[in-house]
Amino acid sequence: MERVPVLKIGDILLVSIQIDMEDQVALQLQEDLAERIVASGCHGVIIDISALDIVDSFVGRTLATIASISRVLDAETVVVGMRPAVAITLVELGLSLPGIRTALNVELGMELLARERAEDDEDRDDDADEPAVTTP
Amino acid sequence: MALSSDEGGRFADLLMEHEDSIVSSWTAEVAALLRGRLSHAELQRQTAELQKGFQTALAGGAQELTDDSAAELRAQLAELSSTRARQGFTATETAVSVFALKEAVLKVLDAGDGTDADTLRAYVGLSAFVDRAGLFTFDSYARAREELIADQAEQLLELSTPVVKLWEGVVAVPLVGTLDSARAQVVMERLLQTLVDTGSPYAIIDITGVPAVDTQVAQHILKTVVAARLMGADCIISGIRPQIAQTIVALGIEFGDIATKASLADALRHVLRKTGDKVTQKPSRREG
Repeated sequence: MERVPVLKIGDILLVSIQIDMEDQVALQLQEDLAERIVASGCHGVIIDISALDIVDSFVGRTLATIASISRVLDAETVVVGMRPAVAITLVELGLSLPGIRTALNVELGMELLARERAEDDEDRDDDADEPAVTTP
Repeated sequence: MALSSDEGGRFADLLMEHEDSIVSSWTAEVAALLRGRLSHAELQRQTAELQKGFQTALAGGAQELTDDSAAELRAQLAELSSTRARQGFTATETAVSVFALKEAVLKVLDAGDGTDADTLRAYVGLSAFVDRAGLFTFDSYARAREELIADQAEQLLELSTPVVKLWEGVVAVPLVGTLDSARAQVVMERLLQTLVDTGSPYAIIDITGVPAVDTQVAQHILKTVVAARLMGADCIISGIRPQIAQTIVALGIEFGDIATKASLADALRHVLRKTGDKVTQKPSRREG
């Protein structure tokens, strides 16, 4: 079975989906990502779907699940590069994918994560001396 | 029953001989129907031209309207019907302008003495010829109308919807005119594509030019906003006039957490504040 590679760039895990998202592939990606987030201690996940022509309801739900899982593991997920046709189809189907953060492209996604992280850190500075989490 | 060239020739002579009386009774017939929407002089001129056309065609031995000798007549009829179509006359009014020739000729025949069987047969032939001319007029009329509609549809799409870049990372869609499903689809596709092409994370939809917002229009706008969000762009709706705001509330339309602003300027200021760009008023230079 084909697998979607997960790349680590700094504090971010980058997933670029270049193959058809069959249900098994999606589930495998969900498992892989959960493990990698724990193993690497990353705080951001970017899923690039710019190569996807079709996003069905199952893939949509899997993306939402991935977002929820990573939030539990203190990592923010951003889905980037959704094509206009895909977005229109999802809206027509009534799937607005609540709970998923989106950005137009990888670059804007990374900016978004950096901004979120900065805001988080400010909050944390206010909260007395919680030990800072650093990636090894 | 087709018109023989012999009979055609007779009628050509008849048309020439009684030119004035035929034109005047023909004009009167048409004028009664059009009820003064064309001036009498104008109508008389058109009728006289048509009469000449018929006369030439018949003298040339035209048995059918498709004959070569009737080419000029066909051109005249086509010209007449396209003008009438553009002036807003109905198809009946246009066709009757041709059919009235039969009445006019009948009047001349009645006045004369030659109402024998031959004349009758010839008249039926002429009648068929005029009928065909009338149908041809009707066809040209319909064609002219269709062209008119096609032209207008094209113009409408042209003024459809430009997506303009307003600022670095901000695009705007000034919507003008009624939003139906087809147009909403075009607008949505164009906006989303522009977002991808320019990489703009903010879009402003300005509805100043939308005459009325009902639930359906609101639905279209909401869909566009949700689709843009799915792609990672934020949409702001601006240009909501007081009346529209009242309608929206009266209809119970919920825009949820979508930002709405009264004017495009407000929307732009809102976006710039979000992106952290500073907006300062330029000091006026009048004091110098």
